[in-house]
Amino acid sequence: MPVITYRDALNQALFEEMRRDDRVFIMGEEVGVYQGAYKVSKGLLQEFGEMRVVDTPITELGFAGVGVGAAMVGLRPIIEFMTWNFALLALDQVVNSAAKMLYMSGGQYNIPMVFRGPNGAALQLSAQHSQAWESWLAHIPGLKVVAPGTPYDAKGLLKSAIRDDNPVIVLEGEMLYNTKGEVPEEEYTIPIGKADIKREGDQCTIVTFGKMVLVAMQVADQLAKEGISVEVVDLLSLRPMDTEAITQSIRKTNRAVVLEEGWEVAGMGAQIVDVIQRECFDFLDAPVLRVHQADVPMPYAKNLEKAAKPDAPKTIAAIKKVMYID
Amino acid sequence: MATKIVMEALSPTMEEGRLVKWLKNEGDKIAKGEVLAEVETDKAVMELVARGEGVLRKRVLGEGETAPVGQLVGVIAAPDEDIAALVAGAGGPVKADEQAKPPTEVVAKTEASAGASSVPSTPEAAQGEASMPPQQKTQRIGNAAPRREPAPVPEPITEQAPHATENGEGGRLRASPLARRLASESGLDIQRLSGSGPGGRIVKRDIEAALAAGPQRAAAGAGAAPRPAAVTGADYEDIALTQIRKTIARRLSESIGPIPTFYLTIEVDMTAVAELREAMKGLGDDYKVSYNDILLKAVATALEKHPEVNSHWLGDRIRQFNRVHLGMAVAIDEGLITPVIFDANRKGLAEISADASELAAKARSRKLTPEEYTGSTFSVSNLGMFGIDQFTAIINPPEVGIIAAGAMEEKPVVVDGEVVVRKRMRLTMSCDHRVVDGATGAKFLRTLQRMLENPLMLVY
Repeated sequence: MPVITYRDALNQALFEEMRRDDRVFIMGEEVGVYQGAYKVSKGLLQEFGEMRVVDTPITELGFAGVGVGAAMVGLRPIIEFMTWNFALLALDQVVNSAAKMLYMSGGQYNIPMVFRGPNGAALQLSAQHSQAWESWLAHIPGLKVVAPGTPYDAKGLLKSAIRDDNPVIVLEGEMLYNTKGEVPEEEYTIPIGKADIKREGDQCTIVTFGKMVLVAMQVADQLAKEGISVEVVDLLSLRPMDTEAITQSIRKTNRAVVLEEGWEVAGMGAQIVDVIQRECFDFLDAPVLRVHQADVPMPYAKNLEKAAKPDAPKTIAAIKKVMYID
Repeated sequence: MATKIVMEALSPTMEEGRLVKWLKNEGDKIAKGEVLAEVETDKAVMELVARGEGVLRKRVLGEGETAPVGQLVGVIAAPDEDIAALVAGAGGPVKADEQAKPPTEVVAKTEASAGASSVPSTPEAAQGEASMPPQQKTQRIGNAAPRREPAPVPEPITEQAPHATENGEGGRLRASPLARRLASESGLDIQRLSGSGPGGRIVKRDIEAALAAGPQRAAAGAGAAPRPAAVTGADYEDIALTQIRKTIARRLSESIGPIPTFYLTIEVDMTAVAELREAMKGLGDDYKVSYNDILLKAVATALEKHPEVNSHWLGDRIRQFNRVHLGMAVAIDEGLITPVIFDANRKGLAEISADASELAAKARSRKLTPEEYTGSTFSVSNLGMFGIDQFTAIINPPEVGIIAAGAMEEKPVVVDGEVVVRKRMRLTMSCDHRVVDGATGAKFLRTLQRMLENPLMLVY
């Protein structure tokens, strides 16, 4: 099976879906002539032309709104945000227009569109550009939110997102674009709302998603050497969330650590832990612990940034705590 | 002097670069600052430039090939210089200390610094420091290392005073929800355990250690409502002693010797049994059975419905049997012996009758093998043939009960307001109070009475 980058996996998904359906078009800053700030849209302009690969000014609210309008009249826009940090400006269109149109039009206008771009921190981009927005977005009824952590998942989920008749948020990762993984040549999609057990184990479950899946896999590898068997549940979709996969795993392992990139307060992990305490109460041998970013704006200083981010050592410490290993 | 050309970190997050195109051929003269090649990084296509001068002697990395940061991609040297050693050393990344400081001879020059704007217009690109992503690949690797179980915890059930476990503040018991559930499913008294978790919290491993320490009722089938009739599963279940059970056992033993025995007597109307026996006799000798045979059959059938009576007292636990092996006291010249009718509840009257007479004969001729007189789960003693109308039998430990059957006599009794003559028999059960409480024994006797008064229940 070919091994390609996350970036190329997304690129393949865009090519395949734009060839498959000529209502699909992509719009955003630098998506065309520059081939994408992260080269995800590389080659699209050459094949599909400027009617379907639209460079925009630096006007997130504007082009997100144009996308919603296009979706209302039957097109299937893909809006690329250079990063989700910049998408804050567009949230009114995402939350108040895209997410609510079907509801407020009494079912007359569904919004088949995708908002995508890198989410979370990269390296030393400082407080304003190192933020994970998944809990903001997953909070909104009317949106679907996916957060693939591997090239395979990125391609399969982006294709499903493009085909979905509702607004879907695709959270990518700057630090993920260059990671590699196996992606089959043949066509496939990954259903939205279905988690993936990235690794089977029976002593503790890590529930995670997005970039942190890679951290979880590192942790599982390292703990395996110590004889600790960790199961990694990759949610893939945050809304709708595959609560069945979470509960099945924890009913088996009796212990859980929730690993996420964002902040603690009202983070995705809080929602996941709520599911666990309700569905797995009698199966828990320890309180569920969360690993997340420190409750501060992301520091610029490299040492402080490292200290603030969730990582493998912090996750391992949490797992040992829920397993009562000192 | 030769100059190594290595793959440079051309973006903050670059780990490897793909050499898109060489702009110089081997043998070309190279001036300092000239562009040597185009390299695709994780962000964009960048230029690899030379500051050292000489001749491009060797292109180590081919076009389209990828090399990790630090690896040799080419060599600049004087036309006649020997570079064999340099090239031979290519193929792996340079040492970490070399990688840390960029080579002075060859520098990467981005188009941005040259005045063009092909650098991504994201703020990230402005950042100069090269770093690697924290993780690179998603792997699905099997778990080959030996498993490590949570730290084992010895001394599970400690002989503490009742309710001694005060592992939380305010004396409240601390246990994980899972530990509570496992304890209740396996019949463990969680109050008796000490916890190994923080603040004395009782956790799963404490329960497992407790179960491993003493055979307990298996966690699996426990709590299931109807008990399976004999022989469907295990031969017996061990039941943990609850606190009240322990206290009863200790206090009553102090009061009345090792086996705190009490006695329950019930009078049974045997008229129906007599009719049954007569009717069977009428069918021929093959169907001839004794009153004692019928009594044995009834006791065995009743025990199946009251497994708590069909038990052994083992000191630290109660073993409750799922099979009924009925001991039958037989008087012999030397004294008394109790041969066993195994699986008596599963045997028909004919079989019981045959077993009983064979065992009795063997007992009297002292031909019983040890297997034939050990392993009983409950016993019956019958002195009716001696005219004894009522007596108390001694429990055969570790059994917890024995039925003493008196003689069957005709007596005037009141039935439906009229005095009539009935065949009556008195049964007295000796009960080990450590296991069998008054009500428990009474319920068993009531069942036995109903069966004998309605012998059709024995064939159901």
